Amino acid sequence: MDAIFVFEQLLNGLGYGLMLFLIAAGLTLVFGIMDTMNLAHGSLYMAGAYVAARVHEASASFALAVAVAVAVTVAVAAVLEVLVVRRLYRRDHLVQVLATFGIILIADDAVKAIWGVAPLLASTPAALAGPVQLFAGLPYPSYRLLLIGAGLAVALGLYLLVNNTRIGMLVRAGASNRQMAEFMGVRVGAVFAFVFALGAGLAALAGALMAPISAVQIGMGEAILIPALVVIVIGGIGSVRGAFVAALLVGLVDTAGRAFLPPALRAVLPPSVAADLGPALAGIAMYLLMAAVLTLKPAGLFPARG
Amino acid sequence: MLQMKKLSVALALCSAAALGASAHAADIKVGIALDISGPFSALGAEARDGFELAIEKLGGKLGGQPAEFIRTDFGGNPEQANQLVARYLQRDKIDFFTGPIGSNAALAVGPALFAAKVPYLSANPGPSAYAGEKCNPYFFAQYQNDTYDEAAGKVANEKGYQNVVLIAPNYPAGKDHLAGFKRLYKGAVKDEIYTKLGQIDYAAEIAQIRAAKPDAVFFFLPGAMGINFVKQFVGGGLKDIPLIAPGFSADEDVIQAVGEPMLGVLNTAHWTHDLQNPANAEFVSAFRKKYDGRYPSVYAAMAYDTLMAMDAAVRDVGGRIEDRDALLKALKNPSFQSLRGEFKYGANNFPVQNYYLREVGKDAEGRITNKLVGTTLERHQDAYVGACKM
Repeated sequence: MDAIFVFEQLLNGLGYGLMLFLIAAGLTLVFGIMDTMNLAHGSLYMAGAYVAARVHEASASFALAVAVAVAVTVAVAAVLEVLVVRRLYRRDHLVQVLATFGIILIADDAVKAIWGVAPLLASTPAALAGPVQLFAGLPYPSYRLLLIGAGLAVALGLYLLVNNTRIGMLVRAGASNRQMAEFMGVRVGAVFAFVFALGAGLAALAGALMAPISAVQIGMGEAILIPALVVIVIGGIGSVRGAFVAALLVGLVDTAGRAFLPPALRAVLPPSVAADLGPALAGIAMYLLMAAVLTLKPAGLFPARG
Repeated sequence: MLQMKKLSVALALCSAAALGASAHAADIKVGIALDISGPFSALGAEARDGFELAIEKLGGKLGGQPAEFIRTDFGGNPEQANQLVARYLQRDKIDFFTGPIGSNAALAVGPALFAAKVPYLSANPGPSAYAGEKCNPYFFAQYQNDTYDEAAGKVANEKGYQNVVLIAPNYPAGKDHLAGFKRLYKGAVKDEIYTKLGQIDYAAEIAQIRAAKPDAVFFFLPGAMGINFVKQFVGGGLKDIPLIAPGFSADEDVIQAVGEPMLGVLNTAHWTHDLQNPANAEFVSAFRKKYDGRYPSVYAAMAYDTLMAMDAAVRDVGGRIEDRDALLKALKNPSFQSLRGEFKYGANNFPVQNYYLREVGKDAEGRITNKLVGTTLERHQDAYVGACKM
């Protein structure tokens, strides 16, 4: 196990973590500020991936594909907010979960009707298909470096937005004490609509960026929703900073579990047992992390509400 | 007189109706399980195209008899497959069965078909259970699942690869395929990586392969898994390490999806589109004409071959398919020109046939496709035949 191997896995973990952050940031904003559980967040991620894959294929421009995917998804989310989500803000969580789960089912069928049941294949932009020689002995996929860069840029942008702008102030006020913010005259409806659109845009961006290295298929939104929920629970609900730290932790733990556990098990156990045990243990590493964090800090690492 | 005329018209009508009914009852019914949706949808679409072409070629008949081809989407789901086969048997009273892509579906529906004495001609999977202990006179295979991998293991020996890394999904077929490779491979296995079924991000595994520095990598990753793996493998700068695969992981569906990074991938199969024989030449040109120049995959070829086998068997028994013993005998000694050239069935109804080495390259038009390189295993019988008591 040499240094290059460990370094490469750190990069892999970082990349995965930052993509989780893009998804979880939107989810935690909506949940933390609007106190609304939006299970359909994964469907917005799926929408972003499908639109990006299609536009990329038709136009051969990846940048355009990402831009269109974000724009279309934000538009869909705005309609969704007006028609459905707006009516859920003051209802309890069970109603929100049921309603947004319904949206998932409808979204999956809509995607089936529009694009068919077979998965789409999103291609990596030609300029980024090859590796970049980071240093001797480690060529690294250039597309993954783009993902890391994009993730960090969005994290920085969100940090500045939340901490240094007026909208950010309202968002933080809403997150820490919604009722007080309302009493102080914050136009809650407008802030909510903005936050929901922002979350949708982030989910679409993640979907569009992830499309070339994952399979664009029905149900991809549900698959990513679980790790995203784990991230916001570990980070502390409503905290963007918490989501960032937790996403990196989950990304690193998940990658480390897959990279280091199976070889370690093979060293001490018969191959057939290790083959069964390794992937299973790697799969639950993320949940063990969640359990450990919640035991020490039941409200998550950086709870937005005291 | 008028009375007489009325009677004769009535009689004529009756006999026409009776004829119609008997002709209808004589229709041979073939139940075809498709995988248009679900995990094997890309392979299922290939098989469907092969079936369609064969039905067209046969003019909707089998052995000259009118036939009905009932096509249903099983969605790659064994439970759904069970229900649909029950319907095929009870309501449609099918005479032949074929279709599902997955070994799990084949194993799920077999017992009901065998009990009903309906011949099941597999258009794809050849699970080891049906080749060995659970072999059945009503099951006919096109190949045994891990013979592809045995051939790949032999290729690795011939290329002089001293050590390899193996990668497959962690489910029964994944383990079977790696076991098949190891059966004939003589070098050292540096690492055996099992991933989650359906995994699409291989960053962690590629780092492991990079660290292991093997002479070659053998991968069995069907469908989207393989597509992503090869793209990420080459994107991660490992293209100098040769890739070997069973034909399933490097067939036309995968090649078209991956594109350039597939070039040079070695893979083994019991058939290839540039195999020289008249039946195959006719099939490939008809297929390419019908489906805009696309080359057929092994799934399409097997689907086509399966219906040709049924056609020949029905002809050989003179349409008397209710005589099951004669029908089984005709199926066991096929009298049609197979696309894969000569083959015969072993004691377990699994074929004794050649396995070929293919390499992904470019054809004269610059299209990326598999090319026949040579014959790896000749008249090869699978490893399980000894366990079959039939």
